[in-house]
Amino acid sequence: MKNTIKYTVLLALGLVACEPEFENSVEENEVYTNGNADFSTYVAVGNSLTAGFADNALYQQGQKNSYPNILAGQFELVGGGEFVQPLTSDNLGGLLLNGVQIQDTRLILDVDASGSLAPVNISGTPTTEITNTLSGSFNNMGVPGAKSFHLVAEGYGNASGVLTGQANPYFVRFRSSENTTILADAVAQSPTFFSLWIGSNDVLSFASSGGVGVSQEGNLDPATYGSTDITDSNVFAGVYSQEVDALMASATGGVVLNIPSVTDTPYFTTVPTSPLGPDDLGDQLATLNATYAQLNQAFAFLGVPERSIEFSATAASGVVVQDESLIDLSNELTQVLIQGGFDAQTAAIYGLQYGQARQSNESDLLVLTSASVIGVVNENRFAELVALGVPEAIAGQLSVNGVTYPMEDQYVLIPEEQEMIADATASFNATIENIATANGLAFVDVNTLLSNVANGGVVYDGGLITSEFATGGAFSLDGIHLTPRGYAIIANEIIEAINNTYNSTVPVVNVGNYSGDPSIGSGISE
Amino acid sequence: MKKLLLVVILLLSATSIYAGGYRVGAQGQRALAMGHTGVAVVNSAELAFFNPAGLVFLENKLNISAGVTGVISNVKWQNEQTGAFAETEKSIGTPFYVYASYSVTEKLTLGLSISTPYGSSVEWPTDWEGSHLTNSIDLQAIYIQPLVSYKITDNLSVGAGPIFVTGSVNFNRNLNRTLTNEEGERSNVEIDASGVNSWGWSASAMYSPIENLRLGVNYRSEVILKAEGGDATFTNVPNSPLSPVSNGTVSFDAELPMPAELTIGVSYELNDKWLFAFDYNRTYWDVYESLDIDFAPDDIPDSVNPRNYKNSSIYRFGAQYKALDKLDLRVGYYYDQSPVQSGYFAPETPRNDSQGYTGGFSYQITPKVAIDASFAYLRFKEIDESYDHYQENGQEVTFGGTYKSNAFLPGLGVTVKL
Repeated sequence: MKNTIKYTVLLALGLVACEPEFENSVEENEVYTNGNADFSTYVAVGNSLTAGFADNALYQQGQKNSYPNILAGQFELVGGGEFVQPLTSDNLGGLLLNGVQIQDTRLILDVDASGSLAPVNISGTPTTEITNTLSGSFNNMGVPGAKSFHLVAEGYGNASGVLTGQANPYFVRFRSSENTTILADAVAQSPTFFSLWIGSNDVLSFASSGGVGVSQEGNLDPATYGSTDITDSNVFAGVYSQEVDALMASATGGVVLNIPSVTDTPYFTTVPTSPLGPDDLGDQLATLNATYAQLNQAFAFLGVPERSIEFSATAASGVVVQDESLIDLSNELTQVLIQGGFDAQTAAIYGLQYGQARQSNESDLLVLTSASVIGVVNENRFAELVALGVPEAIAGQLSVNGVTYPMEDQYVLIPEEQEMIADATASFNATIENIATANGLAFVDVNTLLSNVANGGVVYDGGLITSEFATGGAFSLDGIHLTPRGYAIIANEIIEAINNTYNSTVPVVNVGNYSGDPSIGSGISE
Repeated sequence: MKKLLLVVILLLSATSIYAGGYRVGAQGQRALAMGHTGVAVVNSAELAFFNPAGLVFLENKLNISAGVTGVISNVKWQNEQTGAFAETEKSIGTPFYVYASYSVTEKLTLGLSISTPYGSSVEWPTDWEGSHLTNSIDLQAIYIQPLVSYKITDNLSVGAGPIFVTGSVNFNRNLNRTLTNEEGERSNVEIDASGVNSWGWSASAMYSPIENLRLGVNYRSEVILKAEGGDATFTNVPNSPLSPVSNGTVSFDAELPMPAELTIGVSYELNDKWLFAFDYNRTYWDVYESLDIDFAPDDIPDSVNPRNYKNSSIYRFGAQYKALDKLDLRVGYYYDQSPVQSGYFAPETPRNDSQGYTGGFSYQITPKVAIDASFAYLRFKEIDESYDHYQENGQEVTFGGTYKSNAFLPGLGVTVKL
């Protein structure tokens, strides 16, 4: 009898190991194939979009949801190996350089004192010290802020160059040596498969700064470029080829992604070009229009009636903007105003202030950051005017951004600037596609994909993903970088392109499992 | 004896209990070894559960049966569209029973039944793909029933008794598919209620039209476990006025039905060696329409989870062979229909139709004491199924994939006849 009990117990224990088995088990690698590609060592090269940047910061959750990390998870099903990312130290975002904060914490959506929703920085002090350089190699070589030529720029990870703009704080954190390049550190890992998504910043930094920089077309020395300039197309083509060639040396395959149109991102489409409603101006409206009527007469006299400024009492109106493409009529305007009876000082101030001014129209784009300054007194201008001896009350009236004081260049993309951006984007994208075709690489047309998101949206199992700011699901609170759901859409496009090119059957992820909601939490009170 | 019972209950109620569809058929080793038949078999005090009317036909003055079964169940899930996969934690459920009958007069027998016919313990990996539906569930219910068995004629008897049910439930899921706190930890709710008591009843009859043939019928009423003022604890919710709820504990009300069950069956003694039995079970699962959790604060919306179970049948076959004077061998089979309808396949009860293969024996150690052993293997077909009624932004979002499960139920018991 004792034996019977013993055997029964043994039998029971043995059964615990008796697991149910699928006919074709995902876990046992019985379902998918890698085709002609070897995914064992995947290295991702790129900028902030590759790093998993979101909500205007790099933080752990964003990195976890980077498209390369999502891809690596799927590659595991077809022989992909470990995927190491240079994780930041926290979920706050922001950076320290020798203990001094040089980047803000990430944005969250919060309710402000007046009860309306606004992105604010999450409260807390960043703990990611860039001089604590990480050791080891990193499969995710995405470096926020990097342009095409930065990937091959020596010293881009040297901490001493951060404050002068010669180096990149994110690369400082994980470069293998002070003089290495991003590309060299990527190639040193002998990737069997790579992704390359670079070039957005070659136009985006110009665009997001409202077109403050210039086009460097014709200038073949990127070392002389300003940080917000547009890269020369030959420079772009040259470094892009160099990068692909270097990555191809060890890889069995790769995927390249083109550049989205900046005008498809909420950073440029959220603030309407006629943002001033009659209620915003209230009882000032009549006074303003009376003042501008005098100015408009002067514009008419000078033969530029199209520069007239008038706020509607019944509909939303454009803001007053500074358009540097207009002929500067400051002196002429001053003279006309003096002749019209203005005192010399007032006429001079008006002349300077409105010499290149006009009202914004549907051809302009106001950037996301303009939303928080429109209708607010411009402190710098106010101080300038007071220094000129203008009484404070009048100085205040003349310093209201977009109402009396023209919106500065950085807040407005005028049609001319938009055209420069569109031309550069088209040129870079032609280069990327040509190089992809020439090398037999998988190619992802992110430009068309994000255009579809912006124009009608794309469907997922929980509804529709659009580029609507904060609520659309695709873009994070900085209006340029993607949400985890947005990055998951990119990852799925990449997987489809890879499967088509390399005859693999890597499965796509369910984008509904990735958050498209705005980040929330408790913010820094203003 | 009473003391022993109490100890057994305390020991066993601390552990979890298996089920998918949350009915666990393991209420007697002798019955389970014969495909869990028993409504028309007069054999031991196991009748207290299967058909109390038969207790009065037991030959001895005092009959006791007690036992415990180890339920080892495994469920695996995968989704070939996405390559995601998961399997439930290994846990051993232990449904148990204690039955006793005492013959007061030739026509009247009193009895007691303590059993755990309903229960469930399923634990998926925390934050797995289906975590917005279930991370884990642990449901326990103990049925305690005093019984009367009365012989009307020599071949007809009836039995009945009220059932006191005491239960507990613990259920954990994530708030939705994506919400996390500031540190990226998934927002979660856990509901917990214990000491939930309720009442039900059962009634039965047994009839023997000719010698060696018995017919039995048993009805057990539904029992609704009403958890009132249980604890619902929200964790990892971001600290923001925009969050749907706040971290902390609120009270909730919820109901979980233990459905009514009707069993009819027949047994036939072919000769001194062979006994055959067949039972048909009908379980009235349609009472389980929806798992609704009503949180006490008005600003927290109720959690409505349609279940829409359907009534289901089980067909049971069993045979007993007296191999030796002291040794009875048993074998059985049953086909168990799942109450879960297509599109309502929630991972908390991942159960499709199953086939049960059973076997076992009793060995008479002394004239008064026998050891009962049984073993059952439950086989579930691989199935592609989904739960289609999860709501997100007012839209139903499907969660599905391929499920494959099995279960092993080794059990040991003792039968005492005095």
